[in-house]
Amino acid sequence: MTDRNSIIGKVDWPLLLMYFALVIVGWLSIYSAGMSEGHHAIYDMSQFCGKQMMWIGISLGVGFLVLLLDAKIYDAFAIWVYVIVMLLLLVVLVYGRATNGATSWIDFGGGIKLQPSEFAKLGTALAVASFLGRQDSDLSNRKTRLPVYALILLPAALVLLQHDAGSAIVFASFIFVLYREGLPGAGAVMLLAVGAVAVFVLTLLWSKTVMCIIIGSMFALTLAYYLLHKKKGLWRMVAVYAFFFAFVFCVDFAFYHILEDHQRIRIEVILGMKDDPQGAGYNLHQSQIAIGSGGFWGKGFLQGTQTKYDFVPEQHTDFIFCTVGEEGGFKGTLFVILLYVGLLVRIIKMAERQKLAFSRIYGYAIAGILFVHVAINIGMTIGLVPVIGIPLPFLSYGGSSLLAFTVMLAIFVKQDANRLNIL
Amino acid sequence: MKNQNRNLSNRQYVIIGVFAVVGLLYVIKLFSLQVLNKELKQSADNNVLRYVTQYPARGKVFDRNGKLLVYNEAVYDLMVVPGQVKDIDTLEFCRLLKITPESFVERLTKAKKYSRIKASAFLPQVSKEDYAHVGEVLYRFPGFYFQTRTLRHYPSAVAAHTLGDIGEVNHDEMAADPYYKMGDYVGKSGIEKFYEKELRGKKGLKVVLVDVHNREKGSYLDGALDSLPVPGKDLYLGLDAELQAYGERLMNGKIGSIVAIEPKTGQILAFVTSPTYDPNLLVGRVRGANYNALLNDPSKPLINRAISGTYPPGSTFKMVNGLIALQSGSITPATQFHCNGPASTPIKCTHFHGGAPDLANAIENSCNPYFYEAFKTTINNPKFGGIKKGYDYWRQMTWNLGLGHPFETDIPYEKSGNIPTGAYYDKMYNGSWNSVTIRSLGIGQGEILLTPLQLANIAATIANEGYYYPPHLIRAFGDSTAIPEKMTTRLETGIESRHFKVIKAGMQSVFEGSHGTARGSRIPGITAGGKTGTAQNPHGDNHSIFIAFAPVEDPQIALSIIIENGGYGSTWAAPIASLMMEKYIRGYTERPNVEERMMNGVINYDIKKKKQ
Repeated sequence: MTDRNSIIGKVDWPLLLMYFALVIVGWLSIYSAGMSEGHHAIYDMSQFCGKQMMWIGISLGVGFLVLLLDAKIYDAFAIWVYVIVMLLLLVVLVYGRATNGATSWIDFGGGIKLQPSEFAKLGTALAVASFLGRQDSDLSNRKTRLPVYALILLPAALVLLQHDAGSAIVFASFIFVLYREGLPGAGAVMLLAVGAVAVFVLTLLWSKTVMCIIIGSMFALTLAYYLLHKKKGLWRMVAVYAFFFAFVFCVDFAFYHILEDHQRIRIEVILGMKDDPQGAGYNLHQSQIAIGSGGFWGKGFLQGTQTKYDFVPEQHTDFIFCTVGEEGGFKGTLFVILLYVGLLVRIIKMAERQKLAFSRIYGYAIAGILFVHVAINIGMTIGLVPVIGIPLPFLSYGGSSLLAFTVMLAIFVKQDANRLNIL
Repeated sequence: MKNQNRNLSNRQYVIIGVFAVVGLLYVIKLFSLQVLNKELKQSADNNVLRYVTQYPARGKVFDRNGKLLVYNEAVYDLMVVPGQVKDIDTLEFCRLLKITPESFVERLTKAKKYSRIKASAFLPQVSKEDYAHVGEVLYRFPGFYFQTRTLRHYPSAVAAHTLGDIGEVNHDEMAADPYYKMGDYVGKSGIEKFYEKELRGKKGLKVVLVDVHNREKGSYLDGALDSLPVPGKDLYLGLDAELQAYGERLMNGKIGSIVAIEPKTGQILAFVTSPTYDPNLLVGRVRGANYNALLNDPSKPLINRAISGTYPPGSTFKMVNGLIALQSGSITPATQFHCNGPASTPIKCTHFHGGAPDLANAIENSCNPYFYEAFKTTINNPKFGGIKKGYDYWRQMTWNLGLGHPFETDIPYEKSGNIPTGAYYDKMYNGSWNSVTIRSLGIGQGEILLTPLQLANIAATIANEGYYYPPHLIRAFGDSTAIPEKMTTRLETGIESRHFKVIKAGMQSVFEGSHGTARGSRIPGITAGGKTGTAQNPHGDNHSIFIAFAPVEDPQIALSIIIENGGYGSTWAAPIASLMMEKYIRGYTERPNVEERMMNGVINYDIKKKKQ
């Protein structure tokens, strides 16, 4: 019964406008970042900006196609998309070619390369939404929980085997979905995770002894409080503290034996344990100089001097936010962050108005994925997060990433546009 | 159920809250970075940051006695950042630097092509005078600045090929190693190339703020981003500079090479190739012109004949055949083969010694039929079960002696020479060949080609009686770190030392026997073993070849000499070898007339070549 011509009227334009704004900011920034080697036309196909324009065109085309297709097929085929993407990840593991220390590309020849890990996020979001959206799904039941965990952990493990720790971390974003869908203890897990990160950082910065004294005294205070007020859940509280004590002693081992060298050095740099502006700290220092030099108003479009390939490496991909910061200044970075927060909030609000559980869950999944990407990428360029190579959605140069994020968003827009047809 | 869903729906606010808090945190951090932080903002005020590379001093090179072979001299490069060049008086600038306006445009275009933002060398190696002169007014030319770096200098001007040279990096080198930036110098040949990573050290970086008037306003962020250069390692070579210079003088007017090795360590003592050139010619701004002149010189002085010249070893190869025949049990030291002098078949003898010599005698007299028979007996030895298997054994033994493959130590561009494979002969003779077909191998002719370095290594291996260390140049690093393990790994030939004793006795009689082919080059008071070679050369006169070691009791030096078109081995190569050994062992020579004859002896190659 869907009237194809009316799709334009049904889509959520505020969301799409924010999407277009981000894509255009990205394209202009890529153009500017490529300016160091002389002026080129913005559509010059030998340049990053020209290629990005091609990918924008492809993404818009595919995105539009997604809007035209029947909304029901995404739920119906979700598991197959998931299976295909998992197979692609396996293919990459076996035949993939190494780029930037991570084996994550499939080369189709003719300069066309795809990064299945970008599409793995989409596939997982669809599969989780489809599975949890079923009538009989109940996250308080183990029979629902275990398959969901498996759906999420399998791609994360495959991506990790490609030494792409950055993309693997993204799968942690599904905690938002699970929390929203009522997974018992999901909120507590999020709090525990925040606590664990804090303990990890502080243990590295101070020492095991200091951390033991701090946690020990906190434990004594809490215990006294529990006993005095005869609070329930004493044993759970004790277990949490035991976990943190054990964690303190695991930190050194994890830091020096489990993490790879470059990961450890990046953490040392961000914590100021190691000052190495020429080595591992180079990216961080340079990107902060670039962003900082923009001031409030910015230097103006194409006027940046620091955000050229020379000083900030990976300028057009993972460090594209530096160009925004230098040329757009604080007003520019504020604008971009507001766009992202606006986009995320809009997705959550839209998700809540869905009639189908599938659509709602899918909305939360993509909001979580986008959030983790944005938080890690921008956090990395401004020195709040260790350097982890994942793209900034819609802004970073890269066809796979842009296409995957666009399709991800378009599917959601289609679900939303179709909600009125559901009786 | 409905109730529960509404409760869950409230969780959206927690999630939105997380997004908002993180967004707010980032905005605060950005505000502090972009608005509050004054230091980072400085560079936004029309100032530019200049990344001045602090070049480390390249490592020095010393000889085995601590004599300086290579050191550095300061020069000044005029650098340019094309994106910062604005409103300058081009004509005035050209006049100051003594360049034409065309050249100015060309240089600036080249720099722009490399990068608008990164600095590159506009005019390399400006003289001290120009540096002082131009430096005073450089503030009027934004985008330009001077950078100090160093040039190589060679005080004793010897061993040009061995030491090698440095030159500006090319695109391939920059692509292969991101350490290099345009205008950097990198080792191009010799040890400068091989030990590039050790010699170059590590560049430092100074970030300075420069105002619109091209004036440096001091270190950026109090030098937080700066790093100090780390000087390169010094190298101590096994080379003896005095012996090297002596060898180069002896080779005056001749084409060929001298390679001398310390047998106990494999260190190269002298590495002479002739004609040679003064290494100081390939330094600085004159490098290009001089390089082209050397490249076009018909005597090809740029070629290092000691490693890239390949020659038939001639009679110097007879020891190899003797050793393999002994080891395979095909002959004993007492085995005699009859010699009919020039009437012998299938290979005639060039000497009239008569009778049936034993092995030591055959070496002394350089008897061709003897070594042909020894070779034939070896590859036809019934224990191998067929000539092809016998030949494979023989070839494997030559391989063990270091022949037919490069040593791959620290000498770039080494040739491998040629010891033909059995398959090669199968193809050439359609599978049907025998010891007569390949008889030339018995006397070091035919397809066999060896480099002078491999020849010298044969002498060293004989001196050591059965093993060698792959010949190499390095002796130690200035910071006492270990030299590559390959250089200090003893390689066994698989030939027993008792066989070498027989060969050594024969080689000693080459000097001391009444028929010895080098009896005219005896060194009074020093025992030596040697072997002459007269290699047939299809392109002209025979090459004069000699390999030797001394003293026989405790060899300290082993060497090979090749004089292209020099005729008999005893004419040029043997006397030069004897002088080199005497010089190294005594520190001086007692035979001034031999020395004078050799140094002044010129072989007229124009005439020799016409004979072709």
